[in-house]
Amino acid sequence: MDIEVLKEWPTKWLRRAHVGKAALWGILAALGLAALYPVFFLISGSFMGKDELGEYLGAVISGSHGYAHFPLLPAYPTLRHYVEVFLDSPGFFVMFWNSVKITFGVLAGQLMVGTMAAWGFAKHEFPWKKGFFLLYLILMLLPFQVLMLSNYLVLDKLSLTDNLWGIILPGIFSTFPVFIMYRFFRELPDSLLESARLDGAREWQLFFYIGLPIGSSGVIAAMVLGFLEYWSLIEQPLTFLKERRLFPLSIFLPDITSVSQSGMAFAASAITFVPALLVFLGGQDYLEQGIMAGAVKE
Amino acid sequence: MHGSGKDYREKLKKAPSKDHGNGKRWRGALWILPSFLGVLVFYLLPYADVARRSFFGAVDNQFVGLANYQAILGNTAFRLAVKNTVKFTLICVPTLVLLALACAVVLYQSKYGGVIKSAFLMPMALPAVSVALVWRLLFHSQGLFNYWLSHFGMEGRDWMNGQGAFWILVGSYIWKNLGYDIVLWMAGLSGISENIYEAAKVDGAGEWKCFLKITLPNLKPSLYTITVLSFLNSFKVFREAYLVAGDYPHEGIYMMQHLFNNWFRAFSFDKMAAAAVLESGVLLVLILLLQKAWDSGVE
Repeated sequence: MDIEVLKEWPTKWLRRAHVGKAALWGILAALGLAALYPVFFLISGSFMGKDELGEYLGAVISGSHGYAHFPLLPAYPTLRHYVEVFLDSPGFFVMFWNSVKITFGVLAGQLMVGTMAAWGFAKHEFPWKKGFFLLYLILMLLPFQVLMLSNYLVLDKLSLTDNLWGIILPGIFSTFPVFIMYRFFRELPDSLLESARLDGAREWQLFFYIGLPIGSSGVIAAMVLGFLEYWSLIEQPLTFLKERRLFPLSIFLPDITSVSQSGMAFAASAITFVPALLVFLGGQDYLEQGIMAGAVKE
Repeated sequence: MHGSGKDYREKLKKAPSKDHGNGKRWRGALWILPSFLGVLVFYLLPYADVARRSFFGAVDNQFVGLANYQAILGNTAFRLAVKNTVKFTLICVPTLVLLALACAVVLYQSKYGGVIKSAFLMPMALPAVSVALVWRLLFHSQGLFNYWLSHFGMEGRDWMNGQGAFWILVGSYIWKNLGYDIVLWMAGLSGISENIYEAAKVDGAGEWKCFLKITLPNLKPSLYTITVLSFLNSFKVFREAYLVAGDYPHEGIYMMQHLFNNWFRAFSFDKMAAAAVLESGVLLVLILLLQKAWDSGVE
């Protein structure tokens, strides 16, 4: 048996290729672990007690000598810091709530106007459609810094600065989800719609009863991408919100200048991460489809 | 793109309603109307105002021609931000795109590829504030990174307040976007028919030859989109830079967004307007050039 296997074992060249492949996998696995390390670090730190954190991170936090070091898992796991964040810091709740309002406000709005626009671009004809679409595409590709002043000017005119609506409304009319959903609606066969039209279905019925159910994965993909984007929104709230009570979690940078606060900082950061993690774990397939929708040319 | 059959059908549809044909032609546009009105109010009209402002003075609102453009082009902060942003893009985007390609090719061939791909995608979900906390502990002068380096007998340094900051930012960008690009490349790979490989193998082509002669040419259309998307994601690296280093970071990582923020605080709207128009013009030209290359790459 063993000899048979050895006989079939091909030339030296292939064996070397085999070693090369193993090395390649080793590198990939190492890269993957490196990608995950900050996540481990954050979660693990959030369960560490004050003394443990002080011992490991004292060098950074309170300026003692030597270097910080950090084990993979806490020696004495505790939920203390989570309790502190939830019970002792009412400000945290307010920020959490602001994040929820911004994220769900934007997503709900996109669900209404974005899906309709995507449907229009994918399944209807009208003059200058290509021009409109190009405009949407360009807007999708412009970074915030380019649109920052124009955003401010319009919010100022509508007196929406220092107002959560000033973050939500421009987000609703972001053209990115329109593009993602367009790619999915596009795949729906025209013949299906034609036959429904012949049966006397109205246009809005086609949208609600055929388009939305069949294109639902596109809608979800856009929502998953949108959630990750708006849950960690930085530039807009930083620019347009001055009042602290309106700040979302995404711009709350916890203080780590003392050991007792660093525990809360870990817990607060972990809590900020959890909703995004859940959306990521639950929607990874959609997330990947959404990412791909940005690339595959029809 | 549209077959002649479709044109014929459209003509048939239009024929009976010649009397109000024009209104009917626009009926499809009703679907994008709510969205377009929002885009008009929140993006297009204010952008037009910004374009107008770029030719006017900030205080007296007098027409100044190209003076604002001249002012920013001579501005040292602007030059620094442009230099850093261009340098960052030129280093990061090719590195990310190639690294992701290498990972995607290996992961695509294996059934465990999915698990590792998930690991690479995870950083996308980690909010920038959480990243900032970890970075501050990792890259402090007495932080974990230097602790690891000390095992190899290397001298530690204050990463965020020196030339090292730029490379931390490069690493953050690659860390955050590798999974995104791997997914894009794998989508491209899945578009290549197995049959071509089979045929090549029958002809005695090795794996490396298959990769060079089949995989790479077939991935060419994906390259353009992946480049554009990676390029645009590179602007988001400001988030980590800002959260770790604040408004005035080490000059090596002073990016366009820092500059815009600081001008905004100083109410230098004239400079902001000129810079916004200039940057969007440059981006537009780049995107259209890539689009052209993309189109010719597909045909």
